[in-house]
Amino acid sequence: MTNQQSNSANPNLNLAFRRKQNAEEMKHQVITFAMMIFFTVIAFVMVAMDSISSWFTIPVILLLAAIQVIFQLYYFMHMKHKGHETIALFIYSGLTVGLITVLVFLTIVWL
Amino acid sequence: MSTYAKKQGFGATLWDFMTTVDHKKIAILYLISGGLFFILGGLEAVFIRIQLAIPDNNFMSAGIFNEMITMHGTTMIFLAAMPILLGIMNAVMPLQIGARDVAFPFLNSLGFWLFFFGGVVLNLSWFLGGAPDAGWTSYASLAIHSEGHGVDFYVLGLQISGFGTLIAGINFLVTIINMRTPGMTYMRMPMFTWTTFVVSALILFAFPPLTVGLFLLLFDRMFGANFFDVAAGGNTIIWEHLFWIFGHPEVYILILPAFGIFSEIFSTFSRKRLFGYSSMVFATVLIGFLGFMVWAHHMFTVGLGPIANAIFAIATMAIAVPTGIKIFNWIFTMWGGSVTFTVPMLYAVSFIPSFTMGGVTGIMLGAAPADYQYHDSYFVVAHFHYVIVGGVVLGILAGVTYYWPKMFGTMLNETLGKFTFWLFLIGFHLTFFVQHFLGLMGMPRRVFTYLPGQGWETSNLISSIGAIFMSVGIIILLINIVITSVKNVRVGNDPWGDGRTLEWAIPSPPPFYNFKQLPLVRGLDAYWIEKMEGKKEMTPAEPLDDIHMPNGSIIPICITIGLFIAAFGALYNMDNKTWSVPVIIIGLLITFGSMLVRSLKDDHGFHIHKEELMDDKDKEVKA
Repeated sequence: MTNQQSNSANPNLNLAFRRKQNAEEMKHQVITFAMMIFFTVIAFVMVAMDSISSWFTIPVILLLAAIQVIFQLYYFMHMKHKGHETIALFIYSGLTVGLITVLVFLTIVWL
Repeated sequence: MSTYAKKQGFGATLWDFMTTVDHKKIAILYLISGGLFFILGGLEAVFIRIQLAIPDNNFMSAGIFNEMITMHGTTMIFLAAMPILLGIMNAVMPLQIGARDVAFPFLNSLGFWLFFFGGVVLNLSWFLGGAPDAGWTSYASLAIHSEGHGVDFYVLGLQISGFGTLIAGINFLVTIINMRTPGMTYMRMPMFTWTTFVVSALILFAFPPLTVGLFLLLFDRMFGANFFDVAAGGNTIIWEHLFWIFGHPEVYILILPAFGIFSEIFSTFSRKRLFGYSSMVFATVLIGFLGFMVWAHHMFTVGLGPIANAIFAIATMAIAVPTGIKIFNWIFTMWGGSVTFTVPMLYAVSFIPSFTMGGVTGIMLGAAPADYQYHDSYFVVAHFHYVIVGGVVLGILAGVTYYWPKMFGTMLNETLGKFTFWLFLIGFHLTFFVQHFLGLMGMPRRVFTYLPGQGWETSNLISSIGAIFMSVGIIILLINIVITSVKNVRVGNDPWGDGRTLEWAIPSPPPFYNFKQLPLVRGLDAYWIEKMEGKKEMTPAEPLDDIHMPNGSIIPICITIGLFIAAFGALYNMDNKTWSVPVIIIGLLITFGSMLVRSLKDDHGFHIHKEELMDDKDKEVKA
């Protein structure tokens, strides 16, 4: 599925290119990892500070959480690579079905 | 090396089928057990029609009548229509994409046995103190107060068979995504494979809400929870939502494979490419998506409010668009084609007006204000029987006739088939057409009898006479099957003569490894393309090589029997029986023990060596 693999038995083929790609990949992962930690720190700080209203804190934390999920899926679980289209389709259709259900329950069942 | 030509004793055959992981044999198992449940559900329908044939009838009591209608609906949907369709999918889909089996043969067998024993649990209720009697929808407000164990049988039976269906759905998804033969792109897949794909996705998303709903109901009834008990702070409407979030996609799970079967039949017997193939694919996917956004149209009269009703009414209307696209594409497929009216084609042609009538009444019911008039009347009964019998059952009968030679290697008798067709079609319209008017005249559904002098007598009698026609049609089909099997006249690869897709390029029934060499697909209707170029068979996509096959296994049955035993422990737990908890534990130990054995014992399958696969022709080529 990860299309970065060489289909040649020769380990030296495109070695420079693959090294560069791996370095690039590593850079992305370190950046996203740092940002995820940063987001978590923001979330904790916001909760700790009493001066910020919870009406502001809760949506911001939910937004940060959503971004973290996207980072997780795309950078750490390789969904940004080619060959993940079917997986993405099923994740998003499942999400649509689930969110519609939650929306309906929020609007006409529970409230 | 053909194993099926060997004469086997009955015991050996039985053991073979109990341990098989071959998709073609599992398909036969699905067809036989689904067929048995279909006859059971049909008998229940006949009893219902006998009771309603004349006013003030006392053929059965009100309680038994409630059990009859509940079991008729539940059996027909979960244990007859869906398994038979899963059977046809199992038999045909892997052949259509050029695969040697489904992706998880072991799970395929497990899925079948879970469905089968779930159905057995449900039907054992007749002998163990009464069947479920809260309707096939089993609305919680009624179900939590139902006396006896009927509803518990419903919950546990459906839970077990639901696991099986979910497993089957996931299996088909993985198979279609990963196991297509070289050249078989998504947009070259036959229409039946496409509908199988979309249906499997619907199963994947629709069955979890049912599982959740059934678990909540189980806890309410057996462990004193209060999810649905309004007096204790629960909300009974949640069951209705959960049930219909599952229930509406469920009706598409039933109808889409029928659409797929008819698409194959129309293009085969019109000797034409399916008209508007890509729009058919688009319509199928769109129906699948919209199917999840309309469930509340079953609940218009619950009091969701005008905004919710309006949104769901509009979403419901939207489904008419892709369905209309499909209807016109089928008509255009026949237009200008060289049409032969074989039995499957007769079913397909009669399906168009029958199903469209059900669609039109669906639009009427989907209009929220009008629905207040139709709700819970015989109009609804007429509507859903028009779509399910006029769509799904005609599709099943067509599909079974069409694929019979591919599954069993013999052709069903065409003359007897035509008798079945006409009797069934006439009987179907006799039974259900008048029910529209009964509904409009005010006859409520689910009543066990009615008083004379309301103008309902004649229509009800006509309806019951129609049921006799349908029964005779099905009996003739059974006779046809027996005669065909006894005569046992073997047929070749392509018995209909105009097969277009890969399954017709291999022997009927196919060898257990399906394809000696995976075929190369060069376009839509792969086999037809080769035929038009004067070739007799598919071009191979790979050199002849060893084929890796899975071993059979008895473990799926062991896993299922464990759950079967545990279900009875759970059922009688609320009677404070001392033996119930040990029975649950023993059952679950069998299930999880079998799973453990499966996990720890390595089973690498076996290889068919290429020397065994070579026939004389191949050897000449080699030399």
